[in-house]
Amino acid sequence: MTATTGTLRLLRLAIRRDRIVLTVWVVALGLLVIASVASVAGLYTSQAEREMAAAFTAANRMARAFDGPAMGASVGALTMTEAFGVLAILAGLMSIQTVTRHTRQDEETGRAELLGSAVVGHQARLTAALLLVTAANVALAAVTTGALLAQGLPVAGSLAAGVALGGVGLSFAAIASVTAQLAESQRAATGLASAALGVAYLLRAVGDAAGEVAESGVELISAWPSWLSPIGWGQQVRPFGGDQWSVLILFAALAAILIAIAFALSSRRDLGGALLPTRPGPPTAGGRLRTPLRLTWRLQRGMLLAWMVGAAVVAGALGALGDGAEELVGLSEELAATFEQMAAGGSMLDVYMAFVMGIVGIATAGFAIQSVLRAQTEESSERLEPLLATALSRSRWLGANATFVVVGTASIVGVAGLFAGTSYGIVTGDLATGLTSFLSAGAVQLPAALLLAGLVTLVFGVVPRLAVGIGWAALAASFALGQLGELLGVPQAVMNLSPFTHVPAVPAEDLAVGPLLALTSIAAAFAVIGLLTFRQRDLKV
Amino acid sequence: MTMAIETRALTKSFGKVRALDGLDLAVEGGETHGFLGPNGAGKTTTIRVLLGLLRHDGGAVSVLGGDPWHDAVSLHRRLAYVPGDVHLWPNLTGGEVIDLLGDLRGGLDPTRRGELIDRFQLDPTKRCRTYSKGNRQKIAIIAAFAADVDLLLLDEPTSGLDPLMAARFEQVVREATDAGRTVLLSSHVLAEAEALCDRVSIIRHGRIVESGTLTELRHLTRTSVTVQTARPIQGLDERHGVHDVEVEGDRARFEVDPDHLDATLRHLTDHEVRALTSTPPTLAELFLRHYGDDLDGSAGSDAT
Repeated sequence: MTATTGTLRLLRLAIRRDRIVLTVWVVALGLLVIASVASVAGLYTSQAEREMAAAFTAANRMARAFDGPAMGASVGALTMTEAFGVLAILAGLMSIQTVTRHTRQDEETGRAELLGSAVVGHQARLTAALLLVTAANVALAAVTTGALLAQGLPVAGSLAAGVALGGVGLSFAAIASVTAQLAESQRAATGLASAALGVAYLLRAVGDAAGEVAESGVELISAWPSWLSPIGWGQQVRPFGGDQWSVLILFAALAAILIAIAFALSSRRDLGGALLPTRPGPPTAGGRLRTPLRLTWRLQRGMLLAWMVGAAVVAGALGALGDGAEELVGLSEELAATFEQMAAGGSMLDVYMAFVMGIVGIATAGFAIQSVLRAQTEESSERLEPLLATALSRSRWLGANATFVVVGTASIVGVAGLFAGTSYGIVTGDLATGLTSFLSAGAVQLPAALLLAGLVTLVFGVVPRLAVGIGWAALAASFALGQLGELLGVPQAVMNLSPFTHVPAVPAEDLAVGPLLALTSIAAAFAVIGLLTFRQRDLKV
Repeated sequence: MTMAIETRALTKSFGKVRALDGLDLAVEGGETHGFLGPNGAGKTTTIRVLLGLLRHDGGAVSVLGGDPWHDAVSLHRRLAYVPGDVHLWPNLTGGEVIDLLGDLRGGLDPTRRGELIDRFQLDPTKRCRTYSKGNRQKIAIIAAFAADVDLLLLDEPTSGLDPLMAARFEQVVREATDAGRTVLLSSHVLAEAEALCDRVSIIRHGRIVESGTLTELRHLTRTSVTVQTARPIQGLDERHGVHDVEVEGDRARFEVDPDHLDATLRHLTDHEVRALTSTPPTLAELFLRHYGDDLDGSAGSDAT
């Protein structure tokens, strides 16, 4: 028996476990690629518009930091400039989760022990996980290439983009294979690797912001920090803008080194053991968990803080871009027309602020749904049972969770408004306008975001096992209607199904109280019905 | 004596599966009551109905004089529960979970908490994700027994505990009974029930098939006898109440119903008894009498 005996059988098991989740990831990323190309092609209809857009991104530091280095003025190059960063983050997350799921999670749950007692070599699980994630990234590269070709883009650029994206995914798979050896829990291993992903994004943001505009005027030469980041390497491949194939070697080298380190670490440690020591925790709760709200805070604070940091970074960057909003919108006749339609009479800046906080609002609905679903997890994982066997009523428990959802959602939107307003104020010197506009634009998003949370609470009360599916489907549908509804000419009746359709574009539009009250009432009614049905039903254990 | 738990004709179905099928359970105040049955018989479902976590379909149920569904919160201040399979929050420490459950129930005795942590040798500073099954079980046991309550609902509480800790657990249950608490102990470890329980109820397919003190139940069950006589034993097969006879020269092994024990012994003395051992029925035999046909049917073993 060698160290890798049993790998193929474990690989089949891993494929069986992940066949749906990985298919969804790859297909969703493929659709995002198609949507990105369609959006760029729709916004910038002439070569002149594309030249201006590329020149703007190349010249504006904030745009560089936020999007990526300008790669040229073709549809493909503009798409890669604007979308590669987001695609790279998603590919990284897919890879990180896949690796930790098949390595550290199996050790944590004891499944690895059961497998390890069979005729299975001690490196077989890691090998199988890496083979699976490599296959997923090859599939991602193929689907991305295919999606770009289907949009009529050049073959070489499409292939370069696909391989670069797969390369980023593989790099973070390799990073996760190391963190899975270091940390004791799946959550910590995923957290460490995700932090590396964040650092990689920031490094290239710094490198791109500090870069120089090339002679062509539509391309950016990134500074050295971009070259320290796998996401940066993907952008330096410059798909559709020169196709630098040699950069791909960096991915292969990094993956080879990190995977070798992971195998070396894995062969030196015990099953379930970790190289990072776990510190002992407090021996008593000392009153910190006396109420269900404190327990909810304790269980979900990490998630909330992560969302706040993300909201602060993204909104801060978008806020600083507000200074160039008129210029940015003016680059595309199509975009200018859409913006004018959004707010007849409002200034372009006001529309931009409403647009930014609209994105923040729908993203924050993701937090609200995630937080309600934590309640469902508590029930399905049987942790709720001992809690409800104490003098804690179902109403108080779910009420505490609902309170956390409302306060948490408001805090995230508030932080986003604060950072967007402040960074706008720093860039323009007009702090008062920045803060009031961004904060009010954010506040009106809350009823719509909470309506989705109310819907999930309702489903949790009535049919808990459907809560996850319906929750995320409702968010995806709202997002799709908001982003593509107008573009695809979806009838207004269907558009009205998304709560975000009814949010007034404050500050470009007047504050319409009626729709906001209606959204709030529906959200509250959903939540109350959810609570009442939850009180009347069996615990699902 | 008032009843701590009383159910009459209790029914509960999950879809087409009838988990409880007319369950009559009576637990007197102050007693330790064994609730015996194999996996899937309906023990956990019964306890979850008693906790108001599941709503019963038919029949009547009362816990400490209240309705477990409607009076859940007020009743839960007076009872504590140890689940059979303890699931905890991976990032909280054991000590934090004990305090959490205690605080939500209305406080626990810190001296008793510390004493129980020592007795069960639990490290309360470790995160729950790192505890073994036995240690997670200990956390639920400590949280339950550190609370000042009238009723303890224990669902297979010693699964995962080592023999030393299981012995400590028996001690802790006895102390609770001495302090006047009522205990419902669901188990399939018959030795544990035999050691601890005043009365037992045996559940099968969602019904109570036997209930009473161990003495009462033993009365219903055969005694095993091994005997050696001077003259070969004859006529044992034909006697009423004698079963499974094996004769080998001057030795015989058989089982006898309690009502026919006296007459059978007289018959034996006619053959000049040299040696005789008789074993009273154990709870295991009692149990197997009710489940023996299941074993015969499924595993084909020679259960008696």
